[in-house]
Amino acid sequence: MIRFLFKGIIRDRQRSLLPIVVVTIGVMLTVFLYCWLSGVLNDSIELTARFSTGHVKVMSASYAKNIDQIPNDLALTGVDSVISILKSKFPQIRWNERIQFGGLIDAPDSKGETRSQGPAAGFGIDLLSGDKSEIKRFNLEKSLRRGRIPEHKGEILISQEFSEKLKVDPGDTVTLIGSTMNGSMTLCNFVISGTVVFGTGPMDHGSVIADLNDVRLALDMDNAAGEIVGYFSDDYYDDTKANQTVTEFYRLFPPSEDIYAPVIKTLRSQNNLANMLDMIKMVGNFMVFVFVLSMSLVLWNAGLLGGLRRYSEFGTRLAIGEDYSHIYKTLIYESVLIGIIGSLCGSIIGLSFSLYLQKHGFDLGSLMKNATIMFPSVFHTRVTATSYYIGFIPGLFSTVVGTMLSGIGIYRRKTAQLFKELEA
Amino acid sequence: MKHLIIPLILLSSQVFSQTPSAKEILEKVDANMSADSRIFTSKMIIHGLRSTRTIESRSWSKGEKNSFTEYLAPPREQGTKMLKLDNQIWIYSPSTDRIIQISGHMLRQSVMGSDLSYEDMMEDAHLLNHYTGTIEKEEKYDDRLCWVITLNANTAEVAYQIQKVWIDKERFIPLKKEMYAKSGMLLKKMELSGVVQTQGRWFPKKLVFKDVLKEGSGTEFLIGDIKFNATIPDYILSKASLKK
Repeated sequence: MIRFLFKGIIRDRQRSLLPIVVVTIGVMLTVFLYCWLSGVLNDSIELTARFSTGHVKVMSASYAKNIDQIPNDLALTGVDSVISILKSKFPQIRWNERIQFGGLIDAPDSKGETRSQGPAAGFGIDLLSGDKSEIKRFNLEKSLRRGRIPEHKGEILISQEFSEKLKVDPGDTVTLIGSTMNGSMTLCNFVISGTVVFGTGPMDHGSVIADLNDVRLALDMDNAAGEIVGYFSDDYYDDTKANQTVTEFYRLFPPSEDIYAPVIKTLRSQNNLANMLDMIKMVGNFMVFVFVLSMSLVLWNAGLLGGLRRYSEFGTRLAIGEDYSHIYKTLIYESVLIGIIGSLCGSIIGLSFSLYLQKHGFDLGSLMKNATIMFPSVFHTRVTATSYYIGFIPGLFSTVVGTMLSGIGIYRRKTAQLFKELEA
Repeated sequence: MKHLIIPLILLSSQVFSQTPSAKEILEKVDANMSADSRIFTSKMIIHGLRSTRTIESRSWSKGEKNSFTEYLAPPREQGTKMLKLDNQIWIYSPSTDRIIQISGHMLRQSVMGSDLSYEDMMEDAHLLNHYTGTIEKEEKYDDRLCWVITLNANTAEVAYQIQKVWIDKERFIPLKKEMYAKSGMLLKKMELSGVVQTQGRWFPKKLVFKDVLKEGSGTEFLIGDIKFNATIPDYILSKASLKK
């Protein structure tokens, strides 16, 4: 019977085309919206992770306590041994040392006197070892506007906006005025190798990026680092994996009273992100629920309309002796087939769009020029396991329920009146 | 009894009449501690939370607000020079060959991570010029009989609006200082010891600073050779000397 009904759907386009198109569009929108919201949420998390929190982060206990002040005087020391333990015990995580620092960037005139000066937020990351993971994480190659990424010691990247403010160009020498790990004032010259645009307001206002070892030299932080950030190899934050890592970490480095002892924090447990992530997730799920519900109502109505459109057909079928329940059953089977075909088509189209945008992203940078919060300017969709079935909820379920409701009308038809109706 | 009372009254009145006023005490303190010019070498031992560092320097100062310091050790700081003229400081860093000017609130920042600010280190303020003193009491400090004098600033320019000073009654030098903000909050403590008589004055050669708002065990400032009222050529206290 299924084959018979399927042939009917394929051959009688007047009966099936519109419901399938409606279901396809509805399912496509549902799948795409779900992937879009998952992607936006994930992009925001990953942006924070890439620039700031890592998926997990190792610091000294007192640094972690005062992290808002970026207290490099409380930085982790003996980092070589800590990182070699981390790399051997957690090979599934990529570990990198980082130093965040604040200071002034001073641009000299021809006499060496201060020409322009501005406050800078700096990052010391691995740029010169040959491992490109931090360069990719900071998206430096794509963010580069002028010049090149540092290739030699003593070179620095500066945000494009900051370079315009200081009136400096690639090739110019600037002086970093900062504070060493011991609290001494430090002055260190850097040659600007290039300028970058990160696409996030706070980063673009006054950021500088230099090689970790140059920053160590400037800030007198030999074998020290403010933070060791860790990233899961699939580049997606997973709270369960992060918590497992924390448990393992404290087996290796038992908690102690020492204020300089290493501690580990998950992405969720940093920067008050837990509440924010829960809220964003809840709002995202609510939006998906509302959309799925509204699409369900639309498709339910489509099912109802489909049933009503075929009022005469059911009359004829009853008149020639077909049983009420047989008509009702075939109607439901048909709607199941339409739901499956529409959901499949809609899911395929929705997933295709989503997979494309997952890879290439959608640039909304021009709309976020003056943003002062850290938010990505290029949005990506994210295809998850749920994306593959979420479209079937409105696509199949709602269509079938709509048809079931409209099909009840079949039982109210009176055989005695059928010919009158047909004559009319 | 009468024979005893009269001499006692006479003796106490004698003692009372010998107690100088706060102003007179501060004048004598300034005469010991300050000079028209000073040239000295010093060692600053900074007891940080994690390590102890020693920084050696040679300084030239003229008047209250002008001075020049050259760092001699450790290698990282060697060759760094600081020039202070009135309320501005220029710092020369040999590694960058740059002269950077700092002023305003930066003058109250820590020097080399120590418990001393640039003002603490590079100014030779005469107490009498900036403070009005009130003798609070007499008490023993470090086995020396001292006057405890509260100093209230006459001007908003000074770093510490209120100071409490323990002044050695015999040698007229401060042995202990507590420096407060206008609100009354304690900012720093200073203990002075190693008092020697040199060039016609008493002078403490060891000063221990403790910034109470900062963690760590304080900073020892040890003065080596010191010359008072020596002639300092004008070029030393000029920007030209920074790069020399």
